[in-house]
Amino acid sequence: MNIIQIILILLVAGIAGMGSVLDEAQTHRPLVACTLIGLILGDVKTGIILGGTLEMMALGWMNVGLAMAPDTALASVISTLLVINTHTSIGEGIAIAVPLAAAGQALTIFVRTIVVFFVHKGDDFAQKGNYRAIEWMHVIALGLQALRVMIPTGIVLALSTSAVEGVLKSIPTVITGGLQIGGGIIVVVGYAMVINMMDVPELKPFFYLGFLFAAFTKFNLVGFGGLGLILALLYLQLEYSGKNNNSQAAVASAGSSQQSNSSADDDLDDDLDD
Amino acid sequence: MQTIQTGQKKVALTNKDLNSMFFRSLFLLGSFNFERAQNMGFCFVMIPAIKRLYKPGKERNEALARHMEWFNTHPWLTAPIFGVTAAMEEEKANTGKVDETAIAAMKIGLMGPLAGVGDPLFWGTSRPVLAALGAGIAMTGSIIGPLLFFVLINAIRLTCKWYFLRYGYTKGSEIIQDMAGGRIKKLTEGASIVGLFVMGALVSKWTTINIPIVATKINGKTQTVQDILDSVMPGMLALILTLFVSWLLKKGVNPLLIIFAIFGLGILGKWLGFLG
Repeated sequence: MNIIQIILILLVAGIAGMGSVLDEAQTHRPLVACTLIGLILGDVKTGIILGGTLEMMALGWMNVGLAMAPDTALASVISTLLVINTHTSIGEGIAIAVPLAAAGQALTIFVRTIVVFFVHKGDDFAQKGNYRAIEWMHVIALGLQALRVMIPTGIVLALSTSAVEGVLKSIPTVITGGLQIGGGIIVVVGYAMVINMMDVPELKPFFYLGFLFAAFTKFNLVGFGGLGLILALLYLQLEYSGKNNNSQAAVASAGSSQQSNSSADDDLDDDLDD
Repeated sequence: MQTIQTGQKKVALTNKDLNSMFFRSLFLLGSFNFERAQNMGFCFVMIPAIKRLYKPGKERNEALARHMEWFNTHPWLTAPIFGVTAAMEEEKANTGKVDETAIAAMKIGLMGPLAGVGDPLFWGTSRPVLAALGAGIAMTGSIIGPLLFFVLINAIRLTCKWYFLRYGYTKGSEIIQDMAGGRIKKLTEGASIVGLFVMGALVSKWTTINIPIVATKINGKTQTVQDILDSVMPGMLALILTLFVSWLLKKGVNPLLIIFAIFGLGILGKWLGFLG
């Protein structure tokens, strides 16, 4: 590795670290971060394959409310780095990535706690009308999130490759193979997170419908997306038109809440007609 | 009132201010913290508007301080809230008729419903679908996979953020009636249906569980436990496991613990030969 590669790797580490908190451009997702590291190290193919493998494990890992998902930024950057530099397999990559995702999560929680201090500083600056200082507080907080991934990456870069390789190669195959099996199953945790987020009992049948369709047909994902969209539109049409008729038929018995509902629905129908 | 009408010129945000807010909103979560979540990020995005609308002094300081309060919603769907907030601040600066509590109430009133739409729509559907699509291609070693994911997800994100900021600003506080009209509820339901449907498909097709134990041997043809399960219903184990994990998560079990347990199971299965 030459000095330019080292600088670029640290740069990608920083971008992934910031991406992990911002959740905007998705640079922290394995599919992007692993590919970039692979590109820098001259083995983009390994980067892409590892990225795809880790991405499949992490589908549905997300930050909702104040809950933090395991961190894909640190896991992607360091695991790709080690797999390519020590010429180990994807299985070893997963073995490294999993504990790193946990470590990365702990680190981001740590940073998000420290940032409280900068926010209090920001309060003081707001009182004084010093908007530029508030901007700085915000940017420093973001910078800490970049360092959170850059520093561990730097430490790994400083380690001797042969020593790391020795450690990785000494992992018994039953462990790496087992982790690879686990990697195929682990994705259910993400699915479960997504399902719990949309926890509406009367919509649950759509989940089972999707499952059955996939089990017995050969639709691809685009097909499922389109089918899901059509089902959603049909459901909404039926649900809301049904309510409208009912409330018109039974105005006398309907409570005030029912009436306000139906008037809202009329607005919606008007909107839809636009 | 008279001084306002005669003494002061009407201030309005320029296109440049809105562009600057859009650009800043791409860094909204930079100072996410456990005390007030996206509060300083919100203030950071509002700064161009505050600078334009309030001269240095008490009013500007108050404006900065009121956007340092607790705020948290889906980062991509903050755009309409920024738009409306900007419109309300503009009215406040010009007429003084909007008070602080109205702005705070609007922010709090919108962030819940918008998170309700954004989480299933973006985190629950768009991202997992595009990521699974991209990852499937990536596992063959093709750069198309990562590119497809990155380009499409960002096209969706930037379009939403750009359009809804302007939509919120033009509509102003009218947007609150939009939300109350049940449109948000419809959107949330619709997004959840697509999300759940696609999740069901993913559970079945994009989970790899294989039990290679030989169950029967007839005329030299071996049949593993997995073959039998697949002939009953493909993906059955994945479904059971997903529902079990969903239940565990609802019980408050830490997801990382579950992840490590599954890896433990994988190693055990490999060692004893019941998983492959």
